[in-house]
Amino acid sequence: MNIMSNKMINILVPVISIILGLLVGAVVMLISDYNPVTGYIALWNGIFGDSYVIGETIRQISPYILAGLAVAFAFRTGLFNIGVEGQLIVGWFAAAYVGMAFELPKIIHLPLALLAAAVAGALWGLIPGILKATLKVHEVIVTIMMNYIALHVVNALIKTISGGGFKTDRIHETASLRSEFLSNLTDYSTLHYGIFVALAMVVVMWFILEKTKSGYELKSVGFNENASQYAGMNVNKNIILAMVISGAFAGLGGAMEALGTFGNMSSMGGFTGIGFDGIAVALLGANTPLGVIFGATLFGSLKYGANNMPNAAGIPVEIVSIIIALVIFFVACGYIIRVGLIRLRNKKEAK
Amino acid sequence: MKKRKFGLAMSLVLAAGTMLAACGSNDKDNNDAGEKPAAGNDTEKSEFSIAMVTDVGGVDDKSFNQSAWKGVKEFGEEQGWAKGTGGFDYLQSTDPADYTTNLNNLARRDFNLIFGVGFLMEDAIADIAAQQKDTEFAIIDGEVDAPNVTSILFKEQEGGYLAGVAAALMTKSDKIGFIGGMDIPVIERFEAGFLAGVAAVKPEIKVDTKYTGAFDKAELGKAEASRMYSSGVDIIFHAAGGTGNGVFSEAKERKQADKDAYVWVIGVDSDQYDEGKVGDDNITLTSMLKRVDVAVKDIAQQSMDGKFPGGETKVYGLHDNGVSLADSRGAIPQDVLDQIDEYAQKIADGEVEVPEFVEKKK
Repeated sequence: MNIMSNKMINILVPVISIILGLLVGAVVMLISDYNPVTGYIALWNGIFGDSYVIGETIRQISPYILAGLAVAFAFRTGLFNIGVEGQLIVGWFAAAYVGMAFELPKIIHLPLALLAAAVAGALWGLIPGILKATLKVHEVIVTIMMNYIALHVVNALIKTISGGGFKTDRIHETASLRSEFLSNLTDYSTLHYGIFVALAMVVVMWFILEKTKSGYELKSVGFNENASQYAGMNVNKNIILAMVISGAFAGLGGAMEALGTFGNMSSMGGFTGIGFDGIAVALLGANTPLGVIFGATLFGSLKYGANNMPNAAGIPVEIVSIIIALVIFFVACGYIIRVGLIRLRNKKEAK
Repeated sequence: MKKRKFGLAMSLVLAAGTMLAACGSNDKDNNDAGEKPAAGNDTEKSEFSIAMVTDVGGVDDKSFNQSAWKGVKEFGEEQGWAKGTGGFDYLQSTDPADYTTNLNNLARRDFNLIFGVGFLMEDAIADIAAQQKDTEFAIIDGEVDAPNVTSILFKEQEGGYLAGVAAALMTKSDKIGFIGGMDIPVIERFEAGFLAGVAAVKPEIKVDTKYTGAFDKAELGKAEASRMYSSGVDIIFHAAGGTGNGVFSEAKERKQADKDAYVWVIGVDSDQYDEGKVGDDNITLTSMLKRVDVAVKDIAQQSMDGKFPGGETKVYGLHDNGVSLADSRGAIPQDVLDQIDEYAQKIADGEVEVPEFVEKKK
């Protein structure tokens, strides 16, 4: 008798992980003298409370999806792209610049700004790709350094084009992803069309990987470089291609911020963190396109909902960060729970 | 052994079950909790309440967020309010994307006047002020043109000038350092004033100027301070928020290693005397106060009296106590203090015009 099918385990694992994380988080709140019930009510309301926060939550999820896709795509080809952060930053700047500097009809301007972001991100991915393919320089080191280069180059560019200021001008309405309709629907939230771009890219990634010849080659290189070479595939070309596509996804993530959330770019004192969270998003989602949506949803909702915990329950930001980290920690070690559940099932079957 | 494992797994599932059930009931609580404060607010609409949103430096940055909160808190306590909805409160931002959210959350909790601290919040204030037309906003260090927003600026250059005068009079090595946060107009005003102040006393001194590019990276401040002190600099003025805490820790370490070391830090925004304590000594020469608290209280008072200066830009300078030097507590001898006062008088009289921008030489 099979009381627990594999499907059920697949659903149970994340649910139990999240609950365990929340439980330990509750202990943390109890120890530090805060009421976990009001805390979690605040978290819940911060994510699903009304149409406004739902809109903002979805807005927060969009860049996470793209950052997650970028990491996941490179992973499938066996590459560890830590440079999503930098690719996102250059994408953000490129989109903000194109959105601000040109005056075109919307039907050309918006796609052009998105394209600029993707190309900028792709170029930022191309460099570590070429170095890896031709000189065998490890992509982790190069991409980390490219993050810093991106951050400071973009800060300098912002200063230059704004004439000594600290932010670029607002993008023109024709390049904006903001939508009156979505905004009204969600009580003036900053929800924008970016979520559709992100979801479209999920489909694009799935299509490339599963339905095209180069997708097959990319995955094959990820499984075994040497075997792929032996089978006649051009490994170097595939490594570069994977980094370029990965960078393009990341650049689009930056476009979400430039054309949707902020409408411009301010010089930054540090990284946005979205790119680094993208690593966790991809790993949570097992590097599959659909999994990335799940990971991004979890990350985005927790990140946005967490804002409401200090607001409605008076819990300090530091404690909130610990709680959110705990939830993610338990989700990430879902493997342990899976093993436990499978043992449990086997026990029952043995009886 | 096997039984125990099974028991453990069972209890896990049980725990999960109870939690799930709890989640279900939480749902109902939500609605109750959500409605109650809203209803409460409606009845107390006549009451005045204020709140603020910090930038990413956080409310305990020992700098201008803290100073703003001090103003909000003192104003609230003077009126006998409690912290929370209907009184005074703050929300901390951890990410630039939080600004609009936090501002909106406070506006929805029906605070009458909301302060946004920091130039980075300009766009967020402009957006939210356009949506929440019944709420009054004030932005510190930034300018927003909207009928329900007051912009608060400071003449940092005037305070920086006095800090520069103090540094130039007190230095023994004739080497002085300036560590800034991000390279933005506000911080440039600190720098411009400081350089002008040093030059007014000893034009031959070359100030070692460095921007770390961040307000929340104490390690960068420490590294930069270490380099400067090693190169012979004896006084560093920092205008770098949390990054400046690293400058203090470097100076304190040097003082701890060698009690006779001549190292000083000039603090910024708040009186940073407490940051500089090393045993019985203190390495804080003085602090350039930017009285965000004074400005906050001033605007709050005007707003409460129904005279909110919406759409205007208020500039606080030396003459109205917006900027000044903190009590040096004996670190600066009286004759030097007298000289500093002379310079302060000159600025107040308009005899000296402190530049707002750094002259780009080279």
